Amino acid sequence: MGMTMTEKVLARHAGRKHAAPGDNIWVDVDILMTHDVCGPGTIGIFRKQFGPTARVWDKEKVVVIPDHYIFTNDQHAHRNIDVLRAFVKEQDLPYYYDVGTDKYKGVCHIALPEEGHTRPGEVLFGTDSHTCTAGAFGEFATGIGNTDAALIMGIGKLWVKVPETMRFEFEGPLPPYLMAKDLILHIIGDIGVDGATYRAMEFAGDGVMSLSIEERMTLCNMVIEAGGKNGIIPVDAVTETFVKSKTAKPYQPVADDPDARFHSVRRYKTADIQPTVAKPHSPDNRGTARECKGTKLDRAYIGSCTGGKLNDFLAAAKILKGHQVKTDTYIVPATTEVAKGLATTMLDGQTLVEIFQNAGAKISQGASCAACLGGPSDTFGRLNRSEVCISTTNRNFPGRMGSKTAQVYLASPYTVAASAIRGEITDPREFL
Amino acid sequence: MQDIIKGKAYVLGDNIDTDQIIPAKHLVYSLSDPEERKLYGRYALSGVPDAAAGLPKGNVRFVPENDHRSPFQIVIGGKNFGSGSSREHAPEAMQIAGVTAVVAESYARIFYRNSVDGGFFIPFEAVQRLVGEIATGDDLEIDLPKGTLTNRTSGKTYGLRPLGDVLEIIKAGGVFAYARQAGFLKS
Repeated sequence: MGMTMTEKVLARHAGRKHAAPGDNIWVDVDILMTHDVCGPGTIGIFRKQFGPTARVWDKEKVVVIPDHYIFTNDQHAHRNIDVLRAFVKEQDLPYYYDVGTDKYKGVCHIALPEEGHTRPGEVLFGTDSHTCTAGAFGEFATGIGNTDAALIMGIGKLWVKVPETMRFEFEGPLPPYLMAKDLILHIIGDIGVDGATYRAMEFAGDGVMSLSIEERMTLCNMVIEAGGKNGIIPVDAVTETFVKSKTAKPYQPVADDPDARFHSVRRYKTADIQPTVAKPHSPDNRGTARECKGTKLDRAYIGSCTGGKLNDFLAAAKILKGHQVKTDTYIVPATTEVAKGLATTMLDGQTLVEIFQNAGAKISQGASCAACLGGPSDTFGRLNRSEVCISTTNRNFPGRMGSKTAQVYLASPYTVAASAIRGEITDPREFL
Repeated sequence: MQDIIKGKAYVLGDNIDTDQIIPAKHLVYSLSDPEERKLYGRYALSGVPDAAAGLPKGNVRFVPENDHRSPFQIVIGGKNFGSGSSREHAPEAMQIAGVTAVVAESYARIFYRNSVDGGFFIPFEAVQRLVGEIATGDDLEIDLPKGTLTNRTSGKTYGLRPLGDVLEIIKAGGVFAYARQAGFLKS
């Protein structure tokens, strides 16, 4: 019987010819990623279980990226970074992107591909639920807790239950007012926040394959918001060109077998999809930007692993250029590389930084997760009161961006930018 | 693994995500320091909106102010319990507050896995929806061999789904003990 991409990657990493949904197998891990929020706990368990002098199973395969609570005065947060730094030194880990140095990156899920750690056909685990973002590179990538991560640190293996695969096909290139964010919010609205629990979500069709690598990352990034175990996209020239520009390490891509079996196949015509929002307080509370027109806003936020990549800012800049924002607008580049891109990328003779400054937006001086998940009270852009915010981030749970009385609408960078100009939720077609 | 788990119920609704279980601003405390880790107990479930905290009435604190132990040991949830982030601090905070079992209609995958692999408590799935059947403060008794949950306050008994594949990990006491049994780790 044929296998899906996900089944094939897992089978290969378990040293088996075949793996079927429901099989419990131990897989070899290619990359383990951790950050400042879950790294210290993981390290604590690793030391407790393997002993104070234990070494990680393979130092080339452990990637440590501080990114969550960086630009804060919270002393506990600083101590967590000290814990990472000491561990990396003790273990002599080559892939550590330290705060306050030229190596500092920012948001781990964007930093991983920039640094060449995401490769087709591999298995990546990370102590963060949005690790699924890397499925855009045709690999198996998922989030785990500290205990599982500590086990991997010691033995380089983890047990996995092979998931069934749900396939989502998009027909037709995206109309100029849509982004991958609209597609994934549309899907989550269809299947619900637990619609893909325990399953892989595979995205395909010419609509998906016409997307840039950054947009593919947005699609895979939010599979966790439907409960999905991993997202995955077939490997093509777009994937390989990107990966080869970042790493010389060999990799073995996989493809679906012609007779692969799927849990379900859903087909969409991209032209039928509208600029989409998720209303408070759940990513599946779907509406269109048009339906929500008139909803007054206190804040607009553009950033995070979901919506803080260079293409996200380029999209926002297209709309903001020559306009003034009516609502407080926060710009947070995901990584230092994205931040450099904001300063150097030109649109009609202006850099993106100039466009945002001229529009009256506030630009973060540091790349990090910032207010996507609230964080310490002094976090840039955090919702500390009952604000109504439209955001390019991934979750709008109660209290996610700070106060439990705040309300968050999730949308694409186009929709967020258009809404920032009007001070109320606005369909981006009014500006495009 | 004990056969009988007794405790008082704390009832929540659907989609209790990990930001509600332990808000992100608290994810900075040490889990290794015996005193500091108590702060996770103090703030366990503190992100649940007041009206939804302790159903059916709501406005019931899970942990009394300035304490780190909850008077409730069994949490009853609806669908998709533990959705959102992979923070293991979520099941661990509940354990530090004294939770010995969660009984929900369904779970988000990573939270379920973390509860089992970390050996924090047993995440049971109920055969039927218990939100609305059980009230916060009711006396509950879980019988593992029988696979039942009895509400001693109302006298009603409900079925629990078999633990299935994860039973062996739960019996072992977590994924490390399980991996030792499987021969991946020296004991």
